[in-house]
Order: sequence, then C-alpha cells, then structure tokens
Amino acid sequence: MSAAFIYTILSLSIIAVISAVILYFTARKFKVEEDSRIHEIESVLPSANCGACGYPGCHAFAEACLKAEVLEGLYCVPGGNECMAKIASILGKTVTEKVPMIAVVRCNGDFNARKKTTNYDSAKTCEIETFTYAGDTDCAYGCLGLGDCVKVCPFDAIHMDTTTGLPVVDEDKCTACGKCVIACPKDIIELRKKGLKNRRVFVSCVNRDKGGPALKACKAACIACGKCVKECPFGAIVLENNLAYIDDDKCKLCRKCVVVCPTRAIHEVNFPPRPVQKEEGPESVTKEIKRN
Amino acid sequence: MFANIKTFPVGGIHPHDSKLSAKQPITVLPLPETVSIMLSQHIGAPAVPVVNPGEKVKTGQLIAKSGGFISANLHSSVSGTVLKMDQVVEASGFKRMAFIIKVEGDEWADGIDHTSAIKTEITASSDEIRRKVADAGIVGLGGAAFPTHVKLSVPEGKKADFLLINGVECEPYLTGDHRLMLERAEGILIGVRLALRATGIKKALIGIEANKPDAINHLNRLTDDDPGIEVVPLKVWYPQGGERQLVKALVNREIPPPPKGLPIDVGCVVLNVATCYAIYEAVQKNKPLIERIVTVTGDAVKNPSNFLARIGTPIKQLIDAAGGLPESTGKILSGGPMMGKCLSTMESPVTKGTGGILLVPDNDAHRKEVQACIRCARCVSVCPLGLEPYLLMTLVEKDMLDRAEQEKITNCCECACCSYTCPANRPLLDYIRLGKFNVIQRMRKQEKK
Repeated sequence: MSAAFIYTILSLSIIAVISAVILYFTARKFKVEEDSRIHEIESVLPSANCGACGYPGCHAFAEACLKAEVLEGLYCVPGGNECMAKIASILGKTVTEKVPMIAVVRCNGDFNARKKTTNYDSAKTCEIETFTYAGDTDCAYGCLGLGDCVKVCPFDAIHMDTTTGLPVVDEDKCTACGKCVIACPKDIIELRKKGLKNRRVFVSCVNRDKGGPALKACKAACIACGKCVKECPFGAIVLENNLAYIDDDKCKLCRKCVVVCPTRAIHEVNFPPRPVQKEEGPESVTKEIKRN
Repeated sequence: MFANIKTFPVGGIHPHDSKLSAKQPITVLPLPETVSIMLSQHIGAPAVPVVNPGEKVKTGQLIAKSGGFISANLHSSVSGTVLKMDQVVEASGFKRMAFIIKVEGDEWADGIDHTSAIKTEITASSDEIRRKVADAGIVGLGGAAFPTHVKLSVPEGKKADFLLINGVECEPYLTGDHRLMLERAEGILIGVRLALRATGIKKALIGIEANKPDAINHLNRLTDDDPGIEVVPLKVWYPQGGERQLVKALVNREIPPPPKGLPIDVGCVVLNVATCYAIYEAVQKNKPLIERIVTVTGDAVKNPSNFLARIGTPIKQLIDAAGGLPESTGKILSGGPMMGKCLSTMESPVTKGTGGILLVPDNDAHRKEVQACIRCARCVSVCPLGLEPYLLMTLVEKDMLDRAEQEKITNCCECACCSYTCPANRPLLDYIRLGKFNVIQRMRKQEKK
C-alpha cells in the first residue's frame, strides 16, 4: 500500500518540476516588455472604463498617454485636471487645465406642467419611444422619462425623480463623461461649465415650437418671448429656432434673466436664496404665468 | 374553388381577417370645413409650395411642386382660401408643415373631368402617361406612398417583363381595395393598360386573395377577352401584400435584399389596385390625386364603412361619419392592425397613404406583460424573410450592431408577424425596427467615407 503512495507522490513531483522548468523558460522567451509607467498611470486613473476619453478603457488610455508626444487632446474626463496633472508628472510632460463641466438636464416638464395625452406601453426605453412616435405628452421635444440616461451612466450619477418624472444629476458624482448626452434621443442633456462655486444659469427647455403651441404642450416651456435676450447685460443669450440659449462663456451669472422669464424656464442652481421680493416688485414678476 | 392556389413559401401567418366593412359600398364623404394638406405625404423630398396664404384655390389646383425626382406634386383637394401654412400633427405625433385651406363650395380647376363616365380609349403615349402621372402627384396608395412615376420609369439597362397588380389587401379589417375592385373595376383595368403601355410590359398579373371571390370573379369576367391581363387568386396569407412576398407568390422570383433591391431588378413593376385607378383618373380624366378610399372600421364601430375622402380631411370627421367614437375605444390606428400606426390625436388629416382608420377597443389595445424568451422559435418560423427575430432583438438590445448587420437585420420588412406570434409578448419588432434604422444609418455613413 505505502509503495503506491510513494510512487504517486514521486511521479507528481517530477511532473511538477518539469512543468516549472518549461514554464520558466517559456515565460522568459515570450516576455512582453511593458513600460512600468503604464501601471503607474493606470493607478491614478479612476478605473471606471467609461470611454469618455475616446479609448476603449483606462488601460488603452494609459498606453495612448505613454505613446503621445504631447498630452494635448488626451483628457480623462472623470479624473479631471487633478488626474491629468498626475499623469503629466509621471511622464514628465506638461498639460493644460480644462474647465470642469457637468451634465445638465434641459427639460422642466414635470407631471404638472405637461399632462400625458397618450399611453405608451411598448419597450421601456426612450430610444424606441422616440422611434415609435413623438412621445406620450404633447411636447415632441421633452423628456420621455424612461431613463436611458440612467442606464448608461457608469458613475451612478443620474437618477429618475419619481415625483417629476425627470432625471436629476448628482453633482458630486457626475464627471461629465458625456455618455448620457449621447444616450438621450431627444438631445435634452447638455454638458455645461460647472461655473463659479458650482453656480449655473441655463434654459431648462429644448422646445423649438412657436410660443403658442409650446405653451399649450407644456406650461414650463420656453416660449421664445425674448425677454431674457433683452434683459441680459452681457449679450449671452441668443434666440434661435424659437428657443433661448445661454452661452456659458459669456454668462456672468447675474440671474436677471431668471426673474423675467414668464414660464420660469430659466433655472438657477446653487445660488443662495434671494432676498424676499417686495409687493411692488418689478412688473415682469407680477405678470408671471402661475403654474398649478 | 381554386385548385393549386399560390402563395409565398417562407413564413407568414393567418390572422382573423375581420373584414367588417366588406359589404359596405364606397360612400362619398361630405366636404369638411377646413382641410390640412401635409407638404410631405410621400417617400422622398417634401413638396415645395407654389401658392401663398390668402390665395384662392380650386379643387385639383397645384399647390406644391415636387421637390426632386423622388417626390410628388400636391394638389388642393377642395376649393377655397388658403388660410395659412402651419405645423400640423401628423400620424407619427410629430408636427409637420401643412396647408390649411378653408373650404368654400366645390369649384373644380379647368380641364378636370370629375364625372363618373368611363373613358376607355387610350390615346396617350408612354411618355405622356408618365408625365401625367407625375403631374397628378400619384404615389403608391398601398401605404408606403412611393411616387408612382418613378416606378413607371424603367431605368436604362433594366428590362421589365411583368406588371404585378396588388389587390391582395392582406391586412385584416381593411376593405378599401376590395370595394374598389368591385365598384370601379373598369377604371382599374384601364389604369393597368396605361401602366402596361408606360412601361412597355406585355403581361399584367392581378393578385387577389381568395377571401375576395366576388372581386376575383368580377375581374375575371372583365378580362376574359384580354390575354394581357390575368387574375391570379392567392391563398389568404399575411403579409402577401408586401412587395417581396407578392413577387415571389406570383412569378416565383426573389428581389435582391434591401435596402438596394427593388422589384425592377427581377423584371417586375408592382402597383396597387388603387394606384391603378388613380393612374386611370389622372391620364384619362386629368384628375390629380386629391381623394382616396379610407376604411373606417373596428369591432365596436357602429357602421364600419368605406369612405371616399378628400386628402386633408380631419380623421375625426371620418370617425363621426362611421357612427362616432365608441366609448370603449382604447387606441386609434391609422392603417391596419398589423402595420398601422397609433394616432396621438384625431385632428390629424387623411394623407395619400392613409388606407384605413381602425378603432381598437380598450381591452385589446394594451400590450401584455413581457416575459423572457423561451426559444420556441415561433418568430423564426413565421418570418417571411427567414430572419431570426428573437436573436435580432437581443442583438439590438445589447447594441451589437455588427452582428445584427451580419444577421441581415436590414432585410426586415416590418410586417410584425414575429410580434404577433410571440407567446412571451416580447416587443420584437420595436427593437428590430430601431436596429434596422441604426444599421442603415451606419452603412450610409461608411459609404460616404
């Protein structure tokens, strides 16, 4: 009996030793020389493999950084300037700073502002609903609320607000990778500058219909009245295709447009609350269309 | 009754045909108060307006010119004043440009014969026929609305030897073509002869499904003495009215795969019976395409009917004329139950492509709960193009467009047999349609590069 054990152990050990020798020599023969800096770069990257840099993952981006002569045109969106500075120091190259951006949802048509006029019950994705028809409200431009943007976000930074049926961006998590911008079939989500102290002013509507039909479809729509354009002291607002758009390069965050907008389509984010308006406040405020 | 009856060999289904309005004669719908005539009612470039708001127009007057070779002229369907050009909600729910015309009397433009007298004698030459068809703005009335003059112009280097006339009407519920074949058969046959002359083809085959024996007999009687036109009864089998299936069923030829393959590649020209009638009216009577037959039907509809409605009539008026909107209605479809599009408003106007209005009761209108695919392959066995819908849906869902392209997603004709037959209620066609669109877009982009 004991002899059987000994033979087994012996033969297995011999196989193990031979395999080890073969493996050792094959490993030496087929060794791939990889720059150790790739691992260093990868360790500073966020490892989300989001693809926002244009490469199929963080490893590919690290390789691209290593190969590139200048870091111009290479940018890790989620990592931001901090990450790029680290990469630059690893490689001994220089990098220019980029302005931080954030995804902004430009639709304000919650359940109160625009009523559902039809009942959509096919596949629950925005892409297919857009392909089937204009949408289940009268507004053919607005958010469909089926959450293609939520499904595509690699950072869990966008969520559906069930009380409004609109997506909400988590400012701390959003890295402006732009995946939701591509996923949204209605082109509602836009990447905008994060702004000073995270403060932003933007038109929260993409309805390109004329004023009357737009307001009929949604009480919170931009009706292209042009008041904001007249009010803006910096010429930052343009009216195109029946829709106001605020250029975030020119906007100085004075918030004058927010006050004059009759449908409250212009939003301000992260500003301290305004002082309480007096009764005889500006005429435009009293004329506001009341939302139910 | 019909021995050795023909059909296409692969896939297909037989939904209950529910032809409720088959016995109802065509009734002329009273003129509406205003009409909205969409600028783009056909495949191809939108028409370019030639009248301005405020102008008076007569019935049959040209109001918008064809915007390219694949495009069609547009004529006023009523006489009155053009109120404005405005955005009107079309069947898809999107707003598109349209003429809004206020109806004042019914004064026809000069030179149009709008009586019912039949003009048999054919004097027009081949070029003249094509020109008149193009002038009259005729498009395929089967539903796809492809400009007919393009079909009648056989491209150089290609030879057509069969003219196939589509009187199949395989969509359940719809009966417009059936009634037309019974009531206006003489006109249809003259239209067929005109099309034969325009294309230089010697032989026309009229395909009619066997559930319309009266139409088959009627047309057989009328074509007894004409060896150039033959009536072929076909098995009742959906989607036989599709171009590919019809060509296969009638002459056993296979059109090369889309998006490039056309019937002309296998020497066939396919026209709908209603289109033939429109050709007859345009060439013999100078009457442009300003009205069409619309079936208004549904299980709960009081009087399912076949109306001759002017283009631009609000759909609401048609529904009212058929006994009003039943309370139980859950969905209004423009077209038949298989391929029709759901309307988002009843204010949408009748266009050149509107074949029917189907009112679906609420308890039939909703999709059932989607379950997991059980790989029963029913969708594979019913697909008339031999595709694998269950696989295509998953590929589109997972965004694997390369593989979907290899699996010939672009061949899909959107007949909806797969969705109809799926026991797990999976939205197969919804995904395939999306994938097909994306793949075609991608192919075009690559071609440009």
